[in-house]
Amino acid sequence: MTIASKAREAGAPLMKLVRFRGVPILQQLYLEERLLRTSSDNWCLINDGTDSPAIVMGLSGKLPELVELGSVLRDRIPIIRRFTGGGTVIVDYGTIFVTLICNKDAVPDVQPFPRSIMSWSGLLYGEVFEGIGDFRLRENDYVFGDHKFGGNAQSITKLRWLHHTSFLWDFDVKNMSYLKLPVKAPKYRSERGHTDFICRMKELLPRAEFIERTIKAIGNHFSVKSVSLESVDFPSDSEFVHTTRLHAEHEIHGSLQNLLPRKSVTKVGNQDTASSLLFNC
Amino acid sequence: MALRMWASSTANALKLSSASRANPSPPFSLSRCFSTVLDGLKYAPSHEWVKHEGSVATIGITDHAQGHLGEVVFADLPEPGGSVSQGSSFGAVESVKATSDVNSPISGEVVEVNTNLTKKPGLINSSPYEEGWMIKVKPSTPSELESLLGPKEYTKFCEEEDAAH
Repeated sequence: MTIASKAREAGAPLMKLVRFRGVPILQQLYLEERLLRTSSDNWCLINDGTDSPAIVMGLSGKLPELVELGSVLRDRIPIIRRFTGGGTVIVDYGTIFVTLICNKDAVPDVQPFPRSIMSWSGLLYGEVFEGIGDFRLRENDYVFGDHKFGGNAQSITKLRWLHHTSFLWDFDVKNMSYLKLPVKAPKYRSERGHTDFICRMKELLPRAEFIERTIKAIGNHFSVKSVSLESVDFPSDSEFVHTTRLHAEHEIHGSLQNLLPRKSVTKVGNQDTASSLLFNC
Repeated sequence: MALRMWASSTANALKLSSASRANPSPPFSLSRCFSTVLDGLKYAPSHEWVKHEGSVATIGITDHAQGHLGEVVFADLPEPGGSVSQGSSFGAVESVKATSDVNSPISGEVVEVNTNLTKKPGLINSSPYEEGWMIKVKPSTPSELESLLGPKEYTKFCEEEDAAH
C-alpha cells in the first residue's frame, strides 16, 4: 500500500515505512542495525511502545556510572547496549520509537556527520510538532521549552546513516529510579533530577496524532510506502555481526562487585556481606 | 621530511599563508573556518588518512573529519593481529550521540593499535595526524595507495563536499 504524498509527485526518494507495536526493544534494535548495514533502501520504523521495561545504553556507556545496578538486578530489568552513541534511557510501553535509516544521498542537504543529520531531523520534527508546545532541538535533545521528551542517537556508515528517537509519550516515575544522573549532561539540564528534567508528550497531543503527524512530515521529504514487518527480508548473503547486545546477568553482578570495597566481604551468618548487599539493594 | 600544511577553501580564498593558520579554531569550533591537510599523506574520500613508511602504514581520520564529528568521546578499535580491507570499516568513533564508522584506506594486517585513545579519545580532535593516530597496518597490497587522493585532491574534495551542502 502506498501512502499518497506530495513528495512522491516531486520524485522524492522512496522510504519504506514499517509500523508495529509492542515489539521488544532488543528485537527492534537488531532489526535497525541489520537494515542499516545490509539494506540499500530508506526506512522509517515506528514501534508504538515496547512490551516490557528495558534499560538501553549507548555504545560507550559505563554500567556502574549510569545504572543503579542493585535495583536492576533485584527487579530483573534487562540492560541492552545499543549500536548507536548517546546516553541511557529506560523504555516501556509508554515509549514511542521512531527510526529513520537513509542513504546519504537521499537527503541532499545533509552531510553524513552528526550535527548535520540532527539539524535536519530537528527541522523534520519541527514540522511534526508545528503548533504544539515550544518544540526545539536544544543541545542535541528534543525539548518542549526546557523539558526533554525524546532521546535520540545516531549511527553513521560510509554510505548511510540512522537516526533513532525514543519519545516519552508517557513514563513510570518508578522506572526513572533505575537510572543514575549522568556525569555529562547538557547545560540546560541545570542539575535537575529526572522527573524535573523530562516531560510527557501525552500532555500535549494524543498518541495516534503524534504518529500520524510524523508520517505526514516524512511524506513531505520522501515517497512513503507502507510495508509489513513480516515482509521485511534480507539478502541471503547479508550476514554480519551485531554490535547491539543484551548484558548478561553475570556481567551486571560483576560490575556491582567491582563497586564494593574489598573489606566489605565478611561473613554474616552463612552469607557473605557482599552477597547480602546484592540481595538487599 | 618537512611537512607542508595545505589549507582548504577559506584560507585559499583569503590568500593566507599555507604554512600558518590565522585565527586557529578550537577543535570543536562551530565556525569550521578551515581544516588542515598534510603533505606526505594519502587520503580516502571517507576522510581517513594513511602514512606509509617502510613496511608499516599508519591510519587515522583527518582534521576535516574530526571538525565535522565534534568532540570524540570514545574510539572502538580492533585488536592487533586482525585484518582490514580497503574501504571497509575497522572501527568507530563516538561523538555527539553518534557512532561513526572509520574505514581503512588500505588492506592489510593490524600490527599496532593506539591504546592511548582508550583514556584520551580527544586526541583524535586535538592531534588527528599525530597523537590521534588509530591503527598501524602492514599493507597487503601497496598498490592500493595509488588509488587514494593526494593532499591537493583531498582538499578540493572537501571544498566541493562542503559547498554542496
